[in-house]
Amino acid sequence: MIDVHHITKRYAQHTAIDRVTFSVAKGEVLAFLGPNGAGKTTTMRILTCFMPATEGTAMVAGFDCADQPLEVKRRIGYLPETPPVYQELTVDEYLRFVGRLRGLSGAMLTGAMAREVERLGLSAVQHRLIGNLSRGYRQRVGLAQALLHDPPVLILDEPTVGLDPKQIIEIRELIKSLAGSHSVILSTHILPEATAVCQRVVIINGGRIVAEDTPDRLSARLRHSEKIALTLSRAPGDVEARLRQVSGVQHVHANGPPGHFLLESELGHDIREDVARLAVTNNWGLLELKSISMTLEDVFLKLTMREEGVAQPAAGASHRVVVTEDKTESPS
Amino acid sequence: MTPVNTILLKELRSHFVSPVVYVVAAVFLLIVGLLAYLYIVFTGAQAIQLMQVQGQAQINLNDLVFRNLFSSIRFVLLIILPILTMRLFAEEKKLRTFELLMTSPIGLNEIVAGKFMSVFLLFMGLLGLTGLIPLTLSLFSDFDWYPVLTGYLGLALLGALFLSVGVLASALTENQVVAAFVSFGLLLLLWLLAGLGSLLGDSTVGQVVSYVSFMEHYDHLVRGLVDTQDLVYFATALILMLFLTHRVIDSTRWK
Repeated sequence: MIDVHHITKRYAQHTAIDRVTFSVAKGEVLAFLGPNGAGKTTTMRILTCFMPATEGTAMVAGFDCADQPLEVKRRIGYLPETPPVYQELTVDEYLRFVGRLRGLSGAMLTGAMAREVERLGLSAVQHRLIGNLSRGYRQRVGLAQALLHDPPVLILDEPTVGLDPKQIIEIRELIKSLAGSHSVILSTHILPEATAVCQRVVIINGGRIVAEDTPDRLSARLRHSEKIALTLSRAPGDVEARLRQVSGVQHVHANGPPGHFLLESELGHDIREDVARLAVTNNWGLLELKSISMTLEDVFLKLTMREEGVAQPAAGASHRVVVTEDKTESPS
Repeated sequence: MTPVNTILLKELRSHFVSPVVYVVAAVFLLIVGLLAYLYIVFTGAQAIQLMQVQGQAQINLNDLVFRNLFSSIRFVLLIILPILTMRLFAEEKKLRTFELLMTSPIGLNEIVAGKFMSVFLLFMGLLGLTGLIPLTLSLFSDFDWYPVLTGYLGLALLGALFLSVGVLASALTENQVVAAFVSFGLLLLLWLLAGLGSLLGDSTVGQVVSYVSFMEHYDHLVRGLVDTQDLVYFATALILMLFLTHRVIDSTRWK
């Protein structure tokens, strides 16, 4: 449905996106994940024919964005970062205007409006001026606008920004329900959103695609085993060999200062209890024992941080991330 | 409904809920009414003076009232029309609704045409209301309707030109105040070209400079001269401005 091949967008000073290539199948939901300023919005603006790419081709539903923009625009519903609403119109007037712009009229238009008002829970505010609505309602009006002409392709730029948790869940459910019949690209910098809604994730950073896969496989790619960090105050010389004898343990590495170890075991096999018992029985002075899990957040951080080589989380990813220290950098 | 009509109706709706339009309309009608009143009173005073001196008075209302009035309305239009047009594109860009228009399956031509027509219709409405002045005068006096009608044609064409310059200025920026001042500036420049032209005299350069200004073309119409040359001037200027608007908007996509 969407085929993007080597698109590059260059401004006078910097390159916003650099040879981005990806595709979305019919009925698939794809998440565009990346910190702010990674190039998500630029890519979406090229796909919606809002701006042309410097190089490369973008095809939507078999039409080239550069050559047949009107055909592409007819098949796309687009929700920009800021919901494009006119404050001086009521919700009804606004939807009617947008519907007419997209070539709907008469009963088709009324039907489409009723459907979206119902679907997005706008019936209570239908006759109110958009300027008087809350941020959450405006976002929903923006979504209604994108869905109004029932386009086969939906491009949603941060669709859940500004909504409260209950609304976020509703919108995610809505997007999930569109999968199968619609191809959806949504951008987000919130990882759980990508895992909750999408079948495939494209991680973009600094204008380049750094990874592309299903959420599960993406984390599995960087996590071949369960990892456990262990700190002992009185570790004897043969501690590594003895730890290795615990059932399920695959590797034991010295990790940093003396007494710190990193244990790897098979996926799904929790060895913490056995390790703790061993350490206590032998009086090794067990100080710390914790599981290091590799969530998609870590994958995201690892992939998007690599090029910068900075230890601090990037601005866009700094919220809610509990960084699992350097211990994830196992020498495997 | 055609795309142009869709844009046109939406813009009209936006104009009529905006206080700006009502303020502009009130100021325009007030000032034009006041000017008409002053010219009529002044003409009346002259008539009385002539009666006292000569015992009779032949007063030409066309010369003394309408020509003066049409000349003065130019200034009023120069000041109020940029206020009507400043919103058109600047606000869309500022509020990001521009993305909606540009990603909708309609052409840029249609957007520009719809927006221009919305302000032009508004202006024609205002102009129509000033029609009450000659209508009232015709009840109490005799004058030649022909130059009044060509004067109105001149005002309509002049207004269309001013509005198209305003539309262009609005497309250049996302700041409405900047848009208004850019159109003031451009229009004053066009105005002053007439002065420069007469300074340069009858040379070819002087004639070209005078031609570029709207002054002499408008003056012809106010005097009752309908010359194709003047009509062509207004038509080409209008098309040029709207074409430039189209190019400016199209080029912002590439930046």
